[in-house]
Formats: sequence, C-alpha cells, structure tokens
Amino acid sequence: MSFYPLLIVLLLMSAVGYWFGSKKALGAVRKSTNFITPRPHQFGLYVVIWALVPPILLGAIWILMQVTPLQMEVGLSQQVNRVLFPVIVLLAAGGGLYFSLQKIGPDLKVRKTIEGLVYIVLILASIISILTTIGIVLSLLFETIQFFKKVPMSEFFFGLTWSPQTALRADQVGSSGAFGSIPLFTGTLLITCIAMCVAVPLGLLSAIYMTEYASQRFRSVVKPMLEILAGIPTVVYGFFAALTVGVFFRDIGDAIGIDIVSESALAAGVVMGMMIIPFVSSLSDDIIMAVPQSLRDGSYGLGATKSETVRNVILPAALPGIVGAVLLAVSRAIGETMIVVMAAGFAANLTANPLEAVTTVTVQIVGLLVGDQEFDSAKTLAAFALALVLFIVTLCLNVIALLVVRKYREKYD
Amino acid sequence: MTEQTQDTAGSNWNSEKFTKGLAKRKRAEVRFRRIGLLAILTALTLLAILLFSIFSKGYTAFVQTYVTLDITFSEEVIDRNGTRDPEELRLANYAKLVQNALRAKFPEVTSRRDLRALFSLVSNDAADTLRDMVADDPDLIGRTVPVSLLAGDDVDMVTKGYIDRAAVEDDRRVKDRELAWLDILEADGDISLRFNRGFFTNGDSREPEKAGIAGAMVGSLYTLVITMLIAFPIGVMTAIYLEEFAPRNRFNDLIEVNINNLAAVPSIVFGLLGLAIFLNVAHLPRSAPLVGGLTLALMTLPTIIIAARAAIRAVPDSIRHAALGLGASKQQAAFHHILPLSMPGILTGTIIGLSQALGETAPLLMIGMVAFIADIPGSINDPATVMPVQIFLWADSPERAFVEKTSGAIMVLLGFLILMNALAIFLRRKFERRW
Repeated sequence: MSFYPLLIVLLLMSAVGYWFGSKKALGAVRKSTNFITPRPHQFGLYVVIWALVPPILLGAIWILMQVTPLQMEVGLSQQVNRVLFPVIVLLAAGGGLYFSLQKIGPDLKVRKTIEGLVYIVLILASIISILTTIGIVLSLLFETIQFFKKVPMSEFFFGLTWSPQTALRADQVGSSGAFGSIPLFTGTLLITCIAMCVAVPLGLLSAIYMTEYASQRFRSVVKPMLEILAGIPTVVYGFFAALTVGVFFRDIGDAIGIDIVSESALAAGVVMGMMIIPFVSSLSDDIIMAVPQSLRDGSYGLGATKSETVRNVILPAALPGIVGAVLLAVSRAIGETMIVVMAAGFAANLTANPLEAVTTVTVQIVGLLVGDQEFDSAKTLAAFALALVLFIVTLCLNVIALLVVRKYREKYD
Repeated sequence: MTEQTQDTAGSNWNSEKFTKGLAKRKRAEVRFRRIGLLAILTALTLLAILLFSIFSKGYTAFVQTYVTLDITFSEEVIDRNGTRDPEELRLANYAKLVQNALRAKFPEVTSRRDLRALFSLVSNDAADTLRDMVADDPDLIGRTVPVSLLAGDDVDMVTKGYIDRAAVEDDRRVKDRELAWLDILEADGDISLRFNRGFFTNGDSREPEKAGIAGAMVGSLYTLVITMLIAFPIGVMTAIYLEEFAPRNRFNDLIEVNINNLAAVPSIVFGLLGLAIFLNVAHLPRSAPLVGGLTLALMTLPTIIIAARAAIRAVPDSIRHAALGLGASKQQAAFHHILPLSMPGILTGTIIGLSQALGETAPLLMIGMVAFIADIPGSINDPATVMPVQIFLWADSPERAFVEKTSGAIMVLLGFLILMNALAIFLRRKFERRW
C-alpha cells in the first residue's frame, strides 16, 4: 500500500472514531457525577488523538530508519515496505481506537490529555527555531572542518591570493587553487564602508529631521516612502547597480579622465548604502524618539537653538543606540548578497581603491556553489568555511549591537 | 580682557557682537534644518531614479513587435500527400512557409548569408503559430492569408527605438541591409506593436521575444504556498507558546534570544543550510519549489514569530482574566479568545514576512533554483525558478532585448509586492483595535 491510500484509511478511521467517541460520550456524560464535564466533541478528539498519534510516531520512526538505511536485502526491504509497514501502522491506529473507545467513561479526564498533547506540539514548534540554529552551525561546521583538512587554516586566514579554481586533471600543475581569504575580507570591508558612508549620514540626518523638525503630516507621508526603499527586493538593486549606476560612474570617469571600471566597488557600495538608508533611519528614529523630552526642554530653557540641542544634547544621549543601529546596518551590509553578485566583480583583488573591482565573501559563496558541485572538493567546502566566518561575524555584530542598545535603554527607563 | 568677558556674559544684549552671534546661530539653525531636509530629499531622489530607470526601460516589455506577412499555406510544403493527416500536419516544416513568404516579399535577396539574416527577422516561434493555425483550421491549406508573426528580437529592438540607427554599422547589432528591409516592411504597414501576451503565458526561453515569466510566477506561487503552510502555523504556535505558556526559565530565554539572532542571520546562510540539510541529507529534489519553500520558511519564521508575539502581547490582560474567570482553561483562553483577537496583527506580520520571501534570491541560488527551466512547473517537485531568480538570470543575459524583459519582470514583481503590502495595510486599518 502506498502513502496516500494509507493516509486516507487513517483519516477515515479517525473520523469513525470521532463519531463513535462523541456518541458514547453523550451517554457517559449523563451518568457523570462530576459537576463540570468535558463536551462530547472533546471525547471525539480524544479518540482521534489515540487513532492518529501512534501511527504518526511509527511513521516518523520509519522515515528516520530509511534515511539511515538498515542493512537489508532489497527484496526483503521491499516486502517490508509494501506489506509490513502498512499493517503495523493500521494495527497501531486500530489499537489506539479500540483502547480509547473502551476508556471513555464519565470520569475520564479528556481535556487534560488533549491539552497535554497541544502543549507538547507548541513546545515542539518553538524548538524548531533552535533546531534551525543548530542545523546552521552543524552543517557549516562539519563542512568547514572537512575544508581545513584539505587547506591549512593559516593559508585561509592569512593568505593573500584567492583563486579557487582547482585542477581539472590530477596531473595538472599549478592550478591546485589558492584559498587565501584576505582579499575577500578587504573587499567586503571596502564595499561595506562605502555603503555606510552613504547610509549613515543620509539615514541619520533623515531621522533627525523627521523627529525634530518635520510636521506630523510630512512624517506620515515621507516615512512610508522611505520604507519603500527597504521593501524593494535586493535583486532589483543589483540590476540597478549593474546597469545604471555602474555605467554612470564609468561614464563620469571617462569624462574626467579617471579609469573607473563598470563593476567598481563604488557602484555596489553606493547602491547598497541606498538600500540600508531606511534601516538606519527607522532605527535611529526610534532611538532619538526615546530620548526623554526633559533633556530637550532643559536645553531649550538654557537658550539653545534646535540644532544646538540636537548636536550637543540629543546626539550624545542617543549615541550608544545609534552605534548599535550602525552595527546592525553593518551586519546587514556584510551579509548582503545579490547587489554584490550582480554589480561587483568575481576576481579577487587586494586593493583599497573604490574605483576598481573587488569581490566579497558572499559573491564567492555564490560563485563556488552555483552550478555542479562535488562535495569533497576544496572549492565547494571553501564556501562553507566562508559562510561560517560570515555567520560568526554577523552574529557577533548583532550581539554587540543588542548589548549596546540594551545598556543604553537602562539609563532612561 | 575682563571687559570682553563681561560683554559675552550677556550684560548688553544689544551689543554688536551679540547681534552678530545671534545671526550666526540662526544661520546655523537654518543650515542644519536644510541639511536634514536635503538628506531626505536625496534618499527620495535615489528612490525616484531607481524606479524611473526600471520603469522607463521596462514598460516596452509589455508590447511586442509583430510582422505581418502574406503566408501561402502551400500544399507542397506542409501536406505533400494531400491526406490532411493531423499527425503529418503536426510534423510538417512550417518554417519553410515563413521563409517562402519572406523570399516572396524580398525577391532580390539571394545569397545564403543574406537569406539567413532575412529569415531572422521573424522569430522561430512563427512556425508554431502557423502549425496551430493549421491544426485549428485545415481548410487554410492552399490559401494565402496575411498573418501577424512574432518578430525576431533585433527587429523588436529597432522598432522600440533601442538601437541607434545613426551609429556606425560595425558597432551596431542590426546591419544596414536589415534596416532597409525593416523600412520597406514599415512603409507597407506590416510592422505592428501589440500587447505582449506571451510575456505572461510563456516560460523562460533563450530567445528574448519568446521569453515569459509564467514559469517563474508559478514557481514563486508554489514556493510561497509551501513557505506559508510551514512558517505560518509554526510561527503562530511558537508565538503563543512564548507569550502565553512558557514559564520564565533558561530554556525559554534561550529560545527567545535565538529567534532574535536568527532574524539577523544573512539570508545566504539559510541557503547553505537548505543545501546541506534538505538536499544532501534528506535528498529532496534539487531546484524544486518544495526545497525553496522549506528554506524560505526557515528564513521567514523569525519575522512571523516576532510579529505574532507583538500582536498577542497587544491583547489586554482583561480578556485573559475574563476567560479564565468563566472557567476556561488556559488553552481555551489562548485559542478561543486571544488568538482570534490578535489574528489581524499576526496576518499583517505574516504577509510582510511572505513578501520578503517573495523578493528573496540568494538562498534560492544555493539550492539550485537558478537553472534554465523552460517548462512551467506542474508540481512542487518539478524543477522551477522564481521571479527574483528569473530577474537575476535575465539580467545576466547578453542580449539587449533581455534588459527590457528584466525591467518588465521587475515591474511585475514590484506590482505583486505592492499588492501584498497593500493587503497588509488594509488588514491593519480594517481590523486593528485600540484597547
């Protein structure tokens, strides 16, 4: 029996169980001595639980066993698959059904069973997010360890050349690949810096204007418009950077006689900064709003103008929070993929010149993993090592940012 | 020295020095205010430039050039035996009909190279169009009728004005003789621009004029449905657990911190997770919406949980207390009262999370949704691509005509995102309750 008929039979069985369970319960409840009795449909659900949970558990165990297959002959395992498994499942369901129908009586605590099960399901659902983190860490870590068996750690962290093309044939000389990741980190840093140079002043000044100067109407119109910038998919920014901004900068360079490649770090960085503006501005907005009004009033009372108040009172008071916001924005920029994949270069270039093409960690991860992969080659494994570094760096930035923000909050609340 | 100090201390508010200082401060104030306004205007200008550059390139993707030719459905070419056998008609060489029509229109073209250039004026999709016409109406055979055929991408680009006729011939993709033919066709009124239905009904194609986003739209739909089916229930259950049931202990604190951190993990890392777990361990089909949906579900889960928690927290305690006071169990209070009341907020958060998932590209590249797929996927296990990935693929294509298609696809994607966000705003406005 294959999967779907089995499922249908199970559902039918539970429906029948529900019907009989609720019917029997009606009779039982009348004889009950309790003041508060469960409602009939809860008895029905009780039977359904007993009819479905055992087979589902069995099925889960079964699937787990198939993922890590037992040593079994093919013919035998097919037999087991076709006959034994459905029989066991149906027996479990039938047994559960019979058992629960028998147990229905005036004093059965149905609600407790149902709610106990629901509680377990809720906990299981919450655990999924932890499992996700564990899955990320384990899968990255496992492949990274494999990678460091092939490539020494010192080369990865301190090497200055990155050319992950491995040899096509075993006897080929010279193209065994170089995995020095410094150029990738400097490239990422360069683009992130450019992005921050665009995003932080624009975002921060927008936030200051919005909170301190703008009228309520201006705010309600302009703020959602700025938020649009955050809602545009990154692939759109990538297209814009590659096709419009990159070419624009190149043409400017041609006009004034500087050589700017169309895949310059400048183009990718500026567009990335554009994407991050609303991120910085809405975070700083919240933080500036949180500065107590009494500080402003004190400053005005001493005769300071609005701008003097902002510069000398509000910004210093909000500084820790703003630093936290900037750190969050940096972690955003470091992890951003599509803009750099489409607008920055693929060749690793150790330079600090924003007019040249550089590559980033995320670009290389994409470059190494898109297309056919062999899972034992250093090339593929390198992507996991890069991703682990990326994961750890962004995690640290976030934790630091949250700590800074939290510490700041305690000051005023 | 002492006099000066007294002066600035403000004994004389009408002194020249003081007036000057005040004027300076006022100017500084105005300047600061203008800089703030300038920052906002700059950001908005950047947004406007972005949208303008996409829209100005993209709106032409919704029309396509057609060439009208007098096609002779000659019996010798498509039905040599005269049997009208549908199978034979299906396999016949319809491209030949198009070529004959072009030859008849331009009898002076004879050399092989020129002929090839001439034939490329019409897309190779034309043969399929003719085949469908004959299949619908076999009586066409033997007659000559004017038929509008899909033009090749170069013709399309010329008609839409993307190719500079004034440029030097060597720098131009379309040569002088092709332009001359086009001018003749144009003068005869044989070239027309029509609504590009194929853009919304075709799958991907290597030929820009035939490429459409239907495959990507269906792929996106499947992926999003999977994402929703997984992320929504799990997200809501987690939020209910954390807000209503979780006792304050280490374990639950861990879950909370963990969710906040997951929300900030770069999306590409989720792609690697999907690659390692769903493809390499669980051996689910590569490039399938199933895997894409699972990966995106893990990615959007934190967003949904955080939004749902905020919505649940906004329900006042009095509701809980009233339910408990009437004898409801904690779970009954949560599921019968708190959850329905917080549902608008939860749905708003879910839609925003899903619209993020709809625009996400990077993790899907990792799990192989980046392959060229011409067919429209029929199930969640078929290889598929999604709209943002399609945009990425087209943006990489060298043909000039794909720039327009890419921009057009972006416009459609932005349209969907606007719809989803409008729905979220509508839900919030309509059902939001202030307690």
